[in-house]
Order: sequence, then structure tokens, then C-alpha cells
Amino acid sequence: MTRPALLTHVLRHGDRALVLAQRLGQMVAHAPELEEDMAVANISLDLIGQARQLYAYAGELEGEGHEEDHFAYWRGVEEFLNPQLVEQPNGDFAVTIVRQFLHDVFALHHWEAMEASTDATLAALAARARKETAFHLRHSRGWVVRLGDGTDESHRRAQTAVDSLWRFTGELGPVADEAQLRADGVVPDGDVGGQWAETVRAALTEATLDISTATDMVEGGWHGRHSEYLKPLIEELQALTRAHPGAQW
Amino acid sequence: MSASPAELVHNVEDPELPYVTIGDLGMVRSVDIDGPVVRVVLTPTYTGCPATEQIQADVEAALRSADLEAEVEFAMSPPWTTDWITETGRRKLAAAGIGPPGPSHPGSSVAVDAPVECPRCGSRQTRRLADFGATACKAPYRCQACREPFEAFKAF
Repeated sequence: MTRPALLTHVLRHGDRALVLAQRLGQMVAHAPELEEDMAVANISLDLIGQARQLYAYAGELEGEGHEEDHFAYWRGVEEFLNPQLVEQPNGDFAVTIVRQFLHDVFALHHWEAMEASTDATLAALAARARKETAFHLRHSRGWVVRLGDGTDESHRRAQTAVDSLWRFTGELGPVADEAQLRADGVVPDGDVGGQWAETVRAALTEATLDISTATDMVEGGWHGRHSEYLKPLIEELQALTRAHPGAQW
Repeated sequence: MSASPAELVHNVEDPELPYVTIGDLGMVRSVDIDGPVVRVVLTPTYTGCPATEQIQADVEAALRSADLEAEVEFAMSPPWTTDWITETGRRKLAAAGIGPPGPSHPGSSVAVDAPVECPRCGSRQTRRLADFGATACKAPYRCQACREPFEAFKAF
């Protein structure tokens, strides 16, 4: 059975938000300072909120009586449709921040475009998520500039993070199989990829960081192909629910 | 005279900010009486706000206490903004030591800080210390005039 394109789109972005939220959750109490513990917790919570709404909508679209938890807890790792960037390990603080920044720029321009969606549910979510993402981006962009234009060591680490994560950025744009959704205005074509490149370039310039010349670009995340890092993350996320199905607290 | 259903709903306290009500926060869109059922439409604040479900339960409990059956619905559009916080709500926040939010910039994709008044001394010489605070809606600040640290609502 082919999954309808709109349901696939909604799951892709729900998974993008949930997987990054789980990654950030792993950082809580491990961030370099208290303010950053607060930041990763807050951003994670916003992303979980976005994922929940997308999964609730996925349940409606699917029409099989599944609620939001089903999509988070009862799908296998190969059924997750997030871009591979968000599943990458936290690494050092520069990696955590650069990953977040590369994602936040995409998320911001994605939600900006989605505010004009002909799908009322997605447009309403976009209006809210865009405002939340603006706060996330202010935080991650601020750190990218501080690290890049900071000490020799912070610059070196930030540049290493940009270089190591760059190959995952090829997925941060329109997905080819969503052409019909774009034509229908459900996923407005707001040149998200071009805007992403421009916003990232401006910030990296300010941070005295170089755009990576990486060419070994990774793809397939939006289609369920993942790096080896996603499986343990999903297993941890789902462990409690699978050990105690239907548990309430 | 006992409180009307609308008053009961507006007077439900925010679980995380118990010194203001959901009416003060501008979360209540409508309260309609439909036979034995009171239909309540609320606008949630942040998508990930963990208080949302508690608020629904509290609204149902408040109406149940008056022997009324509640049907609570959340309206996602238009999105909640701190501009909907009432004057009373702003006064209560300040009295509780929380800087009320300045005007939001609804069309802006850049997070903008509106000037925040120190809830202690009233000075506008205040500085945001970090992007995120103890709840999604607040950030930590310090007053440059009286040196007091405080939390303020983000203009959202």
C-alpha cells in the first residue's frame, strides 16, 4: 500500500522534531553550563510539542485510530523519516550547537513557507512553530558566532563541526517526491533550500567560519535510510513503552 | 450569586504561574452554554507547554464543581501571542516579580527583545541574561539599575 504523500510529509517533520528533541534531551544536565541545560531542555520541549501535533494530525490523516504515541513508540527505526542531520550524536558542544543551527535555519524557512499552506492544520501549526523556531535560532546562531569568532580552540572546534556535519545538509531542502504537494500549495515552494544557504552563509561569515567543501553528501533520511546512530536513540526512546505497553501514569 | 460558567473558566489558574488566571493570559476564546454542556474554546500558548493538559483538566474540574459538564477544545489558529495578556494579567505578573512582556512582532522571523521593565524598581535598564528560563514563556533578566535578577515574559 502506498502511503499518501501528505501523511508522509507530516511524519517526516514530526520525526525531524522528535528525533532532535530526543538528542537534546540526552544533553540535559550534561551541557557546559546551567543556562545551556535550560536551553536544550526548552528547545527539546518545543520540538516535542511540534512533533505531538504533527503525529496527532498523522493519526487523523491515516484514519486507523492511531493517536500520537503510536507514531513515536510503535514504529521501527526504518519507519522514521527524519533527515539524517538530526540523528547525529551530540559530540562536543560545538557539534551540538552547529547541528542545531543548521537545523534551525531549515526549520525557520520551512515554517515560514508553511504558513501559506492550503492545509489549514499545517498553516496553523506553522504560525506557532515559526515563532518558537525564531527563539531557537537566535540561541544557536548566537553560539555559532561566539564559538567561531571566539578563541583559537573554539574556532577550531566550530569549524570541525561545520565540516563534519556539512554532508548531512543536502537533505535540508525540498524532497523530490513532494512535487505534487508543492504544486497543490500544501507545501508552498518558498525556496527553502536557497534561503537556507543564504542564511547559513551570512552567519558563518560573521562567525569567521568557512563553508565546508564536503561533497560526499548523504541522502535518504526522508525515505527511512539512516545512519547507525538512529537505532540506539529510538530504542532508548521506546524502551519504557515497549516494556510496559499501555502503561499510564 | 454564584459565578457564571464564563467566570469559572476565566478564573482557572495557570498551573505554572498560579498568580495569573487563564483569562488573564488571554487563553479563553469562547465559553458557550449548549444545553447541559459548556463548550469552551482555549488557545494553547507554546506547542510544547506541559501545562496545556493540566489546564484542560482544571477547566473541566471548575465547571464540574458547579455541576456543569465541560467540553474543552483547543483552537490552534490564530496562534496565541503575549499581546493577548490583559492589563490585569500584566499587573499581576509584575506584582509577582515577573516582568510583563513588551509588544510582540508577529510577522518577524527574528526573535526580538521588547524593552522589559524591572518589576521591582520600574527601570527599563534591564538586560536579558539567557535565552531560556524555567518555563517556555520566560527568560532570566537582570536590572542594571537596582541589580536585582528577575524573570520576564518573552514577547511572543
